[in-house]
Amino acid sequence: MTSTPVTPPAAPAASAPSAVAGWVGNPWARFLLRRAGRLLASLAVLVTLAFLMIHLIPGDPVRAALGVTAPPDLVEARREALGLNDPLAVQFVDYLRALFSGDLGVSMTSGVSVSETIGQRLPATAGLAVVAFVVVMLAAIPLGLAMAVLTRGGRRRGVELGFTSTSAVVAAIPEFLLAVGLVFVFGVTLGWFPVAGREGAASYVLPVLALALGPALLMARIVRVEALAVMDEDFVRTARAKRLPPLRVYLRHVFPNALTSTLTIGGLLLSGMIVGTVLVENVFAWPGMGMTIVSSILAKDYPVVQGIVLVYGAAVLLVNLVVDVLLAIADPRSTIREG
Amino acid sequence: MGRAQWRAALRNPVGAVAAGLLVLLAILAIVAPILWGDAAEATDPAALSQGSTSDHPLGTDALGRDIMFRVLVATRYSLGLALLATAICVVAGVILGVLPAVLGRRSGRLVVAAVNLAVAFPALLLALFFAVIFGVGARGAVLAIGLAGAPSFARLVQTNVAAVSGRDFVAAARVAGVGRFRLIVRHLLPNVGEPLVVNATVLAGGALLAFAGLSFLGLGVQPPAYDWGRLLGEGLDRIYINPSAALAPGVAVVIAGLAFTLLGEAIAQVVGIRTTRRILPRRSATPPADPADGASTATAPAPTEPAPDAVLAVEGLRVGFPGAGPDGWTYPVDGVDLTVRRGETVGIVGESGSGKSLTALSLARLAPERAVVTADRLDVVGLSLAGGDGDALGDEPPRDDPAVRKHLGTRLAMVFQDPMTSFNPSMRVGWQLAEVARVHEGQGRRAALARAIDRLRTVRVPAPQRRAHQYPHEYSGGMRQRAMVAMGLMSEPELIIADEPTTALDVTVQRQVLRLLREVQRETGAAVVLISHDIAVVAQLCQRIVVMYAGRVVEELPADRLDRAAHPYTRALLGSVPDLTTDRELPLATVPGRPPDPASRPAGCAFAPRCSFADDVCRADPRLATVAPDQRAACWHPRLDDQKQHGQEPHGQEPHGRQPHEEGVSRA
Ligand code: SF4
Repeated sequence: MTSTPVTPPAAPAASAPSAVAGWVGNPWARFLLRRAGRLLASLAVLVTLAFLMIHLIPGDPVRAALGVTAPPDLVEARREALGLNDPLAVQFVDYLRALFSGDLGVSMTSGVSVSETIGQRLPATAGLAVVAFVVVMLAAIPLGLAMAVLTRGGRRRGVELGFTSTSAVVAAIPEFLLAVGLVFVFGVTLGWFPVAGREGAASYVLPVLALALGPALLMARIVRVEALAVMDEDFVRTARAKRLPPLRVYLRHVFPNALTSTLTIGGLLLSGMIVGTVLVENVFAWPGMGMTIVSSILAKDYPVVQGIVLVYGAAVLLVNLVVDVLLAIADPRSTIREG
Repeated sequence: MGRAQWRAALRNPVGAVAAGLLVLLAILAIVAPILWGDAAEATDPAALSQGSTSDHPLGTDALGRDIMFRVLVATRYSLGLALLATAICVVAGVILGVLPAVLGRRSGRLVVAAVNLAVAFPALLLALFFAVIFGVGARGAVLAIGLAGAPSFARLVQTNVAAVSGRDFVAAARVAGVGRFRLIVRHLLPNVGEPLVVNATVLAGGALLAFAGLSFLGLGVQPPAYDWGRLLGEGLDRIYINPSAALAPGVAVVIAGLAFTLLGEAIAQVVGIRTTRRILPRRSATPPADPADGASTATAPAPTEPAPDAVLAVEGLRVGFPGAGPDGWTYPVDGVDLTVRRGETVGIVGESGSGKSLTALSLARLAPERAVVTADRLDVVGLSLAGGDGDALGDEPPRDDPAVRKHLGTRLAMVFQDPMTSFNPSMRVGWQLAEVARVHEGQGRRAALARAIDRLRTVRVPAPQRRAHQYPHEYSGGMRQRAMVAMGLMSEPELIIADEPTTALDVTVQRQVLRLLREVQRETGAAVVLISHDIAVVAQLCQRIVVMYAGRVVEELPADRLDRAAHPYTRALLGSVPDLTTDRELPLATVPGRPPDPASRPAGCAFAPRCSFADDVCRADPRLATVAPDQRAACWHPRLDDQKQHGQEPHGQEPHGRQPHEEGVSRA
């Protein structure tokens, strides 16, 4: 092995130019740097927009929050407390400073700190999204692969048609309508699973199902199409020429090469599912951020809305970053060199 | 989108159903509020929160209002708001989308970057964001959903506009001084219209669902107004008392949303990618084992015992695909007999379309899935893969157990045409080789990899230790082909089938690979079947040459008798061989004319349309017949003279001495 070490010199004593050259020369470092830069820019825009949200609201947000009957001096005091009377630039700097110290402001209605509220609500939402995503991956990949194998080379047209049309229809039904259907079937009619709240594993079943069903079918379709395309590739013929057992051909040679698009779609689905929790939580009275943001929007409790929008947005950006890095690992040629 | 295309979209069953649903919804949207508007508002204090009764088939809400009427009446508001949001989305998207094309470079980039950033966020998050700004209520929700969908629509417009604005007519319009606005309206938008219409249709479905979502959350339509989402939200609270109060509006939303989405997809299928699913002609499930019309007279009349030392013995090999032939099948390979003895090198030559590669793949049981392979005899490396009654091999192989796999996997090696695509790009080369030993011989990782490295060394891959850990894309083309040969050498092959192994390589590398094959053949004693369109390549390596035309063997002769080739086609192939005076940059000279389409081969000799010796006799099928010792040709008028005297050769050179790749230089 004669390849040069890829890690930069760890010792600070190493001369700076060579360390820099080492970093610049390494495509991975360049890729990560570029990608981190994009993440920072996106985060900056997200934070700015979240800040501006309050100021873009027509009229006086405090007046709107407290209602038309609130005495003017109370409104004025609240404006002062929120810093809304300062110049915009000063407010922005204050906002950023507070943000960096983890302070997202205080709820206008309850007076509870926003970060505390989020801290309480985030685990329920994250748990729901993560479990649903795992379910999607565990169900969709084998299903998609199995469908590809069954319908390869134009076989079993009936199965193909059944699968593509069912999955198209079900995937087109939004999660909250599926949720209502599931509540009716499994909650009301059969009484198998709880339909509200978050207590115990059983309470996860219906929300996770509602959230995961559509994305799983969508993903299975993508996996199937990709796997079918890969099966036509020359190297799969090579694998068959080696007389490998079919399962090995599919798992070692077909699937890894269908991974790129699976990952891309998986990332999109995950960020969609993170936000999809908002609706599902409201169907199942799930005590997460989705319930909170809706009630806060209705109550015009803007600091809370601001904070939660930030969390959702940051989560989505983070998912995108992870997907990009995974894609780079899965297919180093394309992602790193181009970008 | 022409009228014809709309009509085609409606003829598509999915499109027709979707369009029918939308018409129904439109009628409901118009008439329902007129007919039942009052009934939907009427409260019935005697029937609060009821389930289904004869008066109220879907029950009543908390104020005793009829659910069914309310759902029907809500059609207008739900559809109207969704369409309004779609309109906003399309307008905003188009504006954002064409801006980069008309703005300066820098500001254009800025718009693109902003759109890309916004697209990264799910639309619902954007909708919530805008809903905060525009306030709770129908107006705010319309704006929020419209603007939330705008970025992705803008991106679509941008991609399409970028594709169009590179084209000539736009450049011409620019040069002609057409103003920016006019450029967009007259030149850019009309040419990106189709995908935009399709997507706007799908978008309307999305908007409808999104609106239902916002209303359901209480952020959309506010009471006393109501749309489906609102009804759904109210109904969900009482789902235990009256499930239909929640289900009916839910079903309405799903149906309307699906109608838009499916219509969009139906249109997309018509205007865009022509439907990929071809309707195959009606045919029997498997092709007749033997052609009823006796078309395969080239087949030996009865299976004879093959030579005892044959590693490959095939008789009457036919490969059929469902297609346009007279019996619903076409036969690219139509009755091939071939015997290869131990250690022999046999070349199969023919133009593309002669069926030579398919023959090779079928012998190795690697024919494409749809192909149906039949043979009177198919003995490969000591394994009988077909009985005498024309077993179908292609569809469900009769035996595919580990023993058969191991036998074929260790004794039959394949080398394919394109080394660039024949390796798994996501697996290290060493592991791809080692896999053979691991699967068939149960070797451990270490031992298998060690053997892979050893075999890479054998085929002279430099630094095999390091190379084994590399991915295929780090190899050069020639090195990859050598690694492919090494893969075949992981066990002790008795037969190596090389399908155009040099075609994708440049001349120097071609020579190396051929030399390698020859060495391997000498050292291992394996038989080699080399398939090529280039008779010169084959002549360098092989003892015996089999010429294929239109799915059959037309001549079989020893390589050293090439100058006495009897079949006019073989002679034509020889005539097309390049020599030193041929410019290698030009496409190779070819035999004039084209090989017949397998679906409609002429009766009799398939070569007749291109043959200058054809006469009436040639309308009957010529059989392979001995024309000289070890030489058989399927021709009614075999050429028995020496080729040199006949003057068919443009350069008048003796073909056998002409091996430009190897010995060209020494010929001077
Ligand atoms: S059979 Fe007749 S047409 Fe066919 S190759 Fe011979 S001479 Fe030509």
